[in-house]
Amino acid sequence: MCRIGAIKSKNYTHPSKALLLMQSQQKGHDNSGFAMVMQDLGGIFEGYKHLPTLSMACTDEGLNLAENILHEAGFRRVLQWVPETFPSDELDIIAMPNYVFQTFSYPKSCKNASQEEKEELLLDMRLKMRAVLEPEDQGYVYSFWPDVVTLKEIGDPRDIGTFFNLWEPNKNFTAKVITAQCRQNTNYDIVRYAAHPFFLQGYTGLANGENTFYQKNKEMQSNLHRGYIGFESDSQCFLYSLHYVHRQLKWPLKYFKHVITPLPFTELNNRDDAEQLMVIRQSLANLEINGPNTIIGVLPDNTMFTCCDAKKLRPVVVGRTEDTVAIASEVCGINEILPDRDWATDIYPNEREVVVINEELEIARWKQ
Amino acid sequence: METVKINDITPGDLPWKLRYDASRCTLCGSCVAACSFRAIEAKVERRRMIFSEGDLPDPRARFSAVPVIKQVNSLKNYCRGCGICEKVCPNDAISPVRNPDTRHPIVTRCAGGDSIKRGGRKNITGSPRTLDQLRVGRISQMTDPSLDAQRHTFDMLAPFGRTLPAEELPLKLGSDGTLISSGQTPPVSWIYPVIIGDMSIGALSWRMWEGVAMAVAYLNEECGLPVRMCSGEGGVPSRLLKSRYMKYMILQVASGHFGWNRILKAMPDMVEDPAGVLIKIGQGAKPGDGGLLQAQKVAEHIMAIRGVPKTDLLSPPNHQGLYSIEESVQKMFLSFNAAFKFRVPVSIKVAASSTSVSVFNNLVRDPYNIVGGFFLDGIDGGTAAAHEVSLDHTGHPIVSKLRDCYLAAVSQGRQGQIPLWAAGGLGKTGDLAADAFKMMCLGANGVFTGKLILQMAGCIGNDQGRCNACNTGLCPAGITSQIPALAYRLDPERVAENIVNYFLAMDQELKKLMAPIGNSSLPIGRSDALVAMDKAVADRLQVQYVC
Repeated sequence: MCRIGAIKSKNYTHPSKALLLMQSQQKGHDNSGFAMVMQDLGGIFEGYKHLPTLSMACTDEGLNLAENILHEAGFRRVLQWVPETFPSDELDIIAMPNYVFQTFSYPKSCKNASQEEKEELLLDMRLKMRAVLEPEDQGYVYSFWPDVVTLKEIGDPRDIGTFFNLWEPNKNFTAKVITAQCRQNTNYDIVRYAAHPFFLQGYTGLANGENTFYQKNKEMQSNLHRGYIGFESDSQCFLYSLHYVHRQLKWPLKYFKHVITPLPFTELNNRDDAEQLMVIRQSLANLEINGPNTIIGVLPDNTMFTCCDAKKLRPVVVGRTEDTVAIASEVCGINEILPDRDWATDIYPNEREVVVINEELEIARWKQ
Repeated sequence: METVKINDITPGDLPWKLRYDASRCTLCGSCVAACSFRAIEAKVERRRMIFSEGDLPDPRARFSAVPVIKQVNSLKNYCRGCGICEKVCPNDAISPVRNPDTRHPIVTRCAGGDSIKRGGRKNITGSPRTLDQLRVGRISQMTDPSLDAQRHTFDMLAPFGRTLPAEELPLKLGSDGTLISSGQTPPVSWIYPVIIGDMSIGALSWRMWEGVAMAVAYLNEECGLPVRMCSGEGGVPSRLLKSRYMKYMILQVASGHFGWNRILKAMPDMVEDPAGVLIKIGQGAKPGDGGLLQAQKVAEHIMAIRGVPKTDLLSPPNHQGLYSIEESVQKMFLSFNAAFKFRVPVSIKVAASSTSVSVFNNLVRDPYNIVGGFFLDGIDGGTAAAHEVSLDHTGHPIVSKLRDCYLAAVSQGRQGQIPLWAAGGLGKTGDLAADAFKMMCLGANGVFTGKLILQMAGCIGNDQGRCNACNTGLCPAGITSQIPALAYRLDPERVAENIVNYFLAMDQELKKLMAPIGNSSLPIGRSDALVAMDKAVADRLQVQYVC
């Protein structure tokens, strides 16, 4: 069983906090990797919030290919950050030659483009780069989006932290939202893309569990949107469903829960909104999930939420202080980074709940 | 010495021969009275006994007349092997024995100049059943817990009705941040995933039909299982049309349109909508062949319900006037949808065929969203009457065809929009839960079954040619007969009880299959839960091959 964790703070937070959050839960995962998505960036990226940042791990050739694609499309690099790495034979990490975090300005042709047009362009560029790099294994394009940085690596999370010097807090590399997970995919092949969190057009998703409706979800999603690709992990399905319900259908977040874990018919029929919930259940039966799962998601406006499968077969806890909310599979993770909080206010969400944390760090518990 | 008459019919020519032990027979006559086919009769045999009583051989003859039970040597009243004689015999003196050397298929054709007709099912068995080559092989263990069939709750309902893709749903965002409806969606009922298949009131005895209807009402109202029953072609008694039980009944219209006059006339008095309308285009057990209710079964009440005189009732093999998918959609679906003001799902039943996927694709692309279900009926199903050549030699197995239709929908991103319901020999081994579960994993939303329901009621027919006389109206179990003396052999309450109990057992067994794969809702399309022990089956159905 893997463990997942997320931090949302009023202050810019260094990823070392995420490592600490996950480190104490290490007995629950197999230390086979580390992946995180940072959103609402501080440090060197703070001044570039509206420009897309490319997060990629690649070979030299891969870097060339990707840069050429972006340059041809008219993107111009405005910021480049190369993380200082500390390789050592003693570290358990299967590193890539290059870790690229570059921020670009939009092409001139986008001068009058709407926000939506820009978002579609960014997705197209990422998919294009991925497609070009994939056949010869020349690199992995994790995200290309404003105010978002993604890092994924295979190895022991402690060593990955050491390799990237992530254990040492500093002010250059921070974010207000960090989601993290410390395990490589175990159900399917080990590939970098398969590690949570997954990111698509502002949406982030990570999950602890087993989606036994993976095949159904996958078969359905493959035809729903060009960005729903890969499926290296059954948990990607949660992100794609979230993206579909919230962004494509433009339904409020609460309907995501109704889609993935619809109410039993007997309960549903007794509700005032039975008519709407019924047609939703009917039309999106193939996006329903089954099996044990806890999901953490982040929306483009940095709203964070967590919810569980319909039988609450996986744990999750939400803890908070004045300026930080943390979500983790196990409470020991939260104890580690928020030791002084009032643990009596910790929330253990139930199977029919969505716990939502907004920009002001107000926590709402929505009953499905 | 008698002349040898080669072409006379003797028991050796017939499919069943009698085993009769005169020494055990009490001559009570029960067997003769009970044989609905008049295939046995009481006769007197002349016996000659040679004996010698003295010390020296002194042979003498004694003649006696002995009453016995004998098989009738007739192509009309031949023994069907039903075994009712054995059931009623107090002394085990009589029983039918299969005759492997039967000449019946030849002599019947030679004598009659007509095709052989019979009821029942396909009687040519080939390779092992495909469904028996599949196992539920993905068992939840470490990564995801299996569920507890007794303690956990399961959502075991299947859609009947057209489902729209999410982006076409008439929903808009209200001011309070909730979705509100801004239009009508096609009617969809969520029902139990096993429908009692379309057996008409002419095909079944009224007592059998009543028993099935009682079972359905009981399952709905006392057991909480929303099981639906399809009327079959031929109409429904007015009393039922106007009753509140109509909501459990799917009305069928087939190419003969029998009974629809009465249904249309009853509409103003209906207090409940029917559960649906099923337009029968074809039947899996005799594809391309129309319905057939032979005159001997068209009793007075059947004439009344169907609105026809006593005669053979033949539905044409196709719906006259429907020569394309578009016409089918526009004319029939629209009219039947309109008849119930678009409150009742209208679906279509076709025989599985090499062309099923094309038909399904056309319906799936129907722009009016008016097809509420695709009922696909494979070979191995039953029928009350058909030509033997159709029963034994036409048809298409259901498993791969259902899978093909599902995958065709998947490749277009339209899975689930038209629910797929499958039938055709499901539950043939007596275990419908397993067959239904596997079919759902392969993509069926649910299954329908008819023949098995008869067997629950007490049908003694089987796939090896036993009985199969549903067409004659002489059903020895009173299930498919309109003759009162035979129909009264059947106790409708016992029929209902058997069906209810079977469904309750099946419901438990379905949960026993859902629990180990960790599913709370039906595993539609979860082919990953199946493994195949035959490579060809695995490849064809796109499931994992194991050995």
